[in-house]
Amino acid sequence: MSIFQQLGAAAALPEILLAIMAMVLLLEGVFVTAHTPNTIRWGAIASMVAVAGLVIWKSGSGSVEAFGGAFVADGFARLMKVLALLGGAVTLAMSGKYLARTRMDSEEYPVLIMLASVGMMVMISAGDLISLYVGLELQSLPLYVIAAINRDNAKSSEAGLKYFVLGALSSGMLLYGASLVYGFTGHTDFAGISAALAKTGATPGVVFGLVFIITGLAFKVSAVPFHMWTPDVYEGAPTPVTAFFAAAPKIAAIALFARVMVGPFAGVTHSWQQVVIFISIASMAFGAVAAIGQSNIKRLMAYSSIANMGFALVGLAAGTVEGVEGLIVYMLIYLATTLGTFACIMAMRRKGIYVEQISDLAGLSRNDKGLAFVLAMLMFSMAGIPPLAGFFGKLFVFLAAVKAGLYVLAVLGVVASVIGAYYYLRIVKLIYFDEAAEKFDGADMELAIVAYASLAFVLGFIVFAQPLVNLASAAAKSLF
Amino acid sequence: MVQAILFLPLIGAVIAGLFGTKAFKQLGTDDEVYADHAHNAPSVEHSHDQHGYNGPPWPMYLTTGLLCIGAVLSWIIFFGFLQGGHDGEIELLPWITSGSLKAAWSIRLDALTAVMLVVVNTVSALVHVYSLGYMSHDESQPRFFAYLSLFTFAMLALVTANNLIQMFFGWEGVGLASYLLIGFWYTRESANAAAIKAFVVNRVGDFGFALGIFGVFMVYGSVEFPVIFAHAPDAVGKTIHFLGHDWDTLTTLCLLLFMGAMGKSAQFLLHTWLPDAMEGPTPVSALIHAATMVTAGVFLVARLSPLFELAPHAREVVTIVGAITAFFAATVGLVQNDIKRVIAYSTCSQLGYMFVAMGVGAYGVGIFHLFTHAFFKALLFLGAGSVIHAMSGEQDMRKMGGLGPYVRITQAVMLIGTFSLTGVGIPGIGGFAGFHSKDAIIEASYAGGSTFAFALLVIAALCTSFYSWRLAFMTFSGPTRADKEVLDHAHESPPVMLVPLYVLAAGAIIAGFAFQHWFMGEGQAEFWGAAIYRSPDNHILTQMESVPLLVKWSATIAMLAGLGLAWLFYIRDTSLPKALAAVNQPAYQFLLNKWYFDELYDFIFVRPAKWIGRVFWKGGDGAVIDGLGPDGVSAAISGVTAQAVKLQTGYVYHYAFAMLIGVAAIISWFSFGGIHP
Repeated sequence: MSIFQQLGAAAALPEILLAIMAMVLLLEGVFVTAHTPNTIRWGAIASMVAVAGLVIWKSGSGSVEAFGGAFVADGFARLMKVLALLGGAVTLAMSGKYLARTRMDSEEYPVLIMLASVGMMVMISAGDLISLYVGLELQSLPLYVIAAINRDNAKSSEAGLKYFVLGALSSGMLLYGASLVYGFTGHTDFAGISAALAKTGATPGVVFGLVFIITGLAFKVSAVPFHMWTPDVYEGAPTPVTAFFAAAPKIAAIALFARVMVGPFAGVTHSWQQVVIFISIASMAFGAVAAIGQSNIKRLMAYSSIANMGFALVGLAAGTVEGVEGLIVYMLIYLATTLGTFACIMAMRRKGIYVEQISDLAGLSRNDKGLAFVLAMLMFSMAGIPPLAGFFGKLFVFLAAVKAGLYVLAVLGVVASVIGAYYYLRIVKLIYFDEAAEKFDGADMELAIVAYASLAFVLGFIVFAQPLVNLASAAAKSLF
Repeated sequence: MVQAILFLPLIGAVIAGLFGTKAFKQLGTDDEVYADHAHNAPSVEHSHDQHGYNGPPWPMYLTTGLLCIGAVLSWIIFFGFLQGGHDGEIELLPWITSGSLKAAWSIRLDALTAVMLVVVNTVSALVHVYSLGYMSHDESQPRFFAYLSLFTFAMLALVTANNLIQMFFGWEGVGLASYLLIGFWYTRESANAAAIKAFVVNRVGDFGFALGIFGVFMVYGSVEFPVIFAHAPDAVGKTIHFLGHDWDTLTTLCLLLFMGAMGKSAQFLLHTWLPDAMEGPTPVSALIHAATMVTAGVFLVARLSPLFELAPHAREVVTIVGAITAFFAATVGLVQNDIKRVIAYSTCSQLGYMFVAMGVGAYGVGIFHLFTHAFFKALLFLGAGSVIHAMSGEQDMRKMGGLGPYVRITQAVMLIGTFSLTGVGIPGIGGFAGFHSKDAIIEASYAGGSTFAFALLVIAALCTSFYSWRLAFMTFSGPTRADKEVLDHAHESPPVMLVPLYVLAAGAIIAGFAFQHWFMGEGQAEFWGAAIYRSPDNHILTQMESVPLLVKWSATIAMLAGLGLAWLFYIRDTSLPKALAAVNQPAYQFLLNKWYFDELYDFIFVRPAKWIGRVFWKGGDGAVIDGLGPDGVSAAISGVTAQAVKLQTGYVYHYAFAMLIGVAAIISWFSFGGIHP
């Protein structure tokens, strides 16, 4: 029996393959002089899509453990990995022309995204506090770098630096929490922690450790009050990077959040529930209120993502299978809508210069009917107007919260959603009713494809909702 | 067959209303047909659009044809009952089932229904035919005919109802159709105001009706007529708690239901909408505001006779209200100058007669008057319409006079109507239709022991005769006061308008002695069967036989006196009315202003309601709800937003500080709040 078989490493085959491909592409970038950044980018996209295919095809059904339980590949992990990989691949595909135009098309960029994706996959499959930390850092370090990838731009550098400093702080807190939990339960593996907590129940040491772990995770999903980096990084980073930040890492972080809460800490649900409810309400309310005051659309999307994470956490706060199911559906819809919206934002190019003020969208309907319609529909969806997809996302998480008896949370969520509707609808009003601003140059094909695919998803969700919900339901059940 | 009668008008209304109107034409189907016309004479087409009808004629013929079929079928059913037909209940489909409340869509077929079917369908069919001529210049004829048919359907649903809920459906349906038709010429402000007034005043009555239905359901646990009637005596002597007092159950229920009847039948206090309803086209006045809808209240009391028979106090109220209405409306009718308003007040007055008959327990007599009244009042209205048609829309009788030679046929049929309304005939032998029914009511009021009602009705009969002849004289006789130009255009109506007049005139002559036998003569017990219930100690019909001779002649004497006075005032010496008005100025103004009811209601209800509305609008909605609600919240949110944006300073140490504060807060929460295992 080889050592690989002994460790059960076959379960981690997709991660291993993606890591190897990243190395190969990096070497190609360094040594093969005839390459263009595009080859590496498409190579990265192909690798990620192939790995996503492998995740679907290879792992079969049921739960497989590797590395002595430190790595878990179950239905939940598979679904979230596919979503994260797709998010990464799509943003990479969208960003080609942007990077070329702004002279940022280095060969490191796709490789860094691949490495971050490996980190995300490890996070999603984490079955141990150690693998959790390794995955988290493996994801974070490339993100710090790509936030600052436009290093000649002060804003981009500032964004990367801020992200790094605050990320380090949050990692420290997470590690501190992990050490507390290890100290009070004697275990780092989730199964062991769970068993220990079943015996002792919630002790102050464990709960304090839990709070610090939640802090680290909340930082990654940018939940209030650990969200402060988000607007600055979203605004400062180049738009393709922002799109990537808003899509894939959020999926991975929220998946990890859910896995840690309902896995090892299922025995102390009552304790973490209070914290999650708090950060959920704070995120929904703050995200909605602060977004109203923005004039930069990327900053607006930052607050929007903060509020969206708050809504997703409503599902987690329920702590039930339905709650996690709602969370998965919500993230699925969030991913599709966010990718479409960023495709529209990246299409905001006037005479070769990318613009990002909300006022630049004024009267868009007169100049570009298609783009205006897509953006308006996406905004309606995010505002939660039926029968668009966004409505169902909110419906599922609120339903789960109500079923779990969290009426106050559900009502506050609805109120926040109403406030949030204001800034989404304001964009629609701007697009359709305001004095037309100057014309945009016209969207690139990749952007148009993503935008229309997103539109089709948002409009058609009501039709094909059932299979997707079934998928989410199966994934959620595998977690419990 | 009866199903066909009920639903044919609905089918006509739906088809004509949805597919016959301009809206549908603009979809393009008919454009090609009329494109040719428009192409040849664009300017003519344009003027046509504004002043005439340029659509296809089939919607009008369709609705009219269906109604005529319904009318013929109705007469067949009616004659079946004259020969001793059988009552029936036909359940069409279940409608409302909620707990113990069950209301099916069903048809109750008995003599009372048969009479109403004849009245409604005959007059409706004739009015449809008449309107083919009268409305021929109107640009939205299909809408008019669709409304007429819709009204007919609702009225038929009302009279065939076998439960109170379906009756209420028909009740509100006719109210809706009445609203639509009064406001048919919706560009006229006065028509809109009149339509709204009719609707609102009827709401007051319907409020009582609805409470009555609730009460009946509460007491009997059912709204189905057979159940209610079978158990009606159970509630005798019981009390019901209502408005903080214990009242006699049946009296309360009957009075509440009668309140609905008062609204629909324009009885005293709730009558103000009827004269204003004359804003509608004249055929509408004939059909809805004379012959059918306004008699729904009378029908309601007759239908619920098993309840009213057990509530003598309620019936006293019915008698008194009816008598006051008959008197009041007749006095107001004396001085009105608008030809349609005179007839409208006459209608109001005649409805009062019918209620007196109901009140004293002579249900058959009341329904008989309803029956005959439908003929002669529809005749008078359609005749008036013919006059208005001839006078190019003029309705003021002061600008008429001497029209006889121009409109011979109209004059003749109007006189027949007047004979019938005033009750021309010889007691003991016979006369016009109105003579049989109206005089019978006056006798019944005396026999019923209500001297008050009897006195008022006789005076009202005198007034009726006076204003009817005043109308006839002012319109047709004497020197003309009309403009020369108008008179030059004066012409007799086309045959399509005259034929309905002939039919109604025939009815106004013979409907009395032809059907007296069944409605209130020897054949009445057999004819009515179970349709009308009279308690064993209700001997009103036999008592009517034995009233003193003077009572029998009282109505005729009053009629002759009225005729004489009218002749004196409007033929012999036309200066008399002015002189009399000048001498009795306060009394004249009192009558001319309709006893100041509109002014009174404006002061008591309308202005306070407007004031309350303004207070709630400005104060309640504007200041409180908007101020604290949408406006206040949005103002607060924008304040919070400004603060939230300020939090984002851009300094890393502020961000880190916020994170640490967050952790510290959560830890403190658990430290002080305790940890629950």
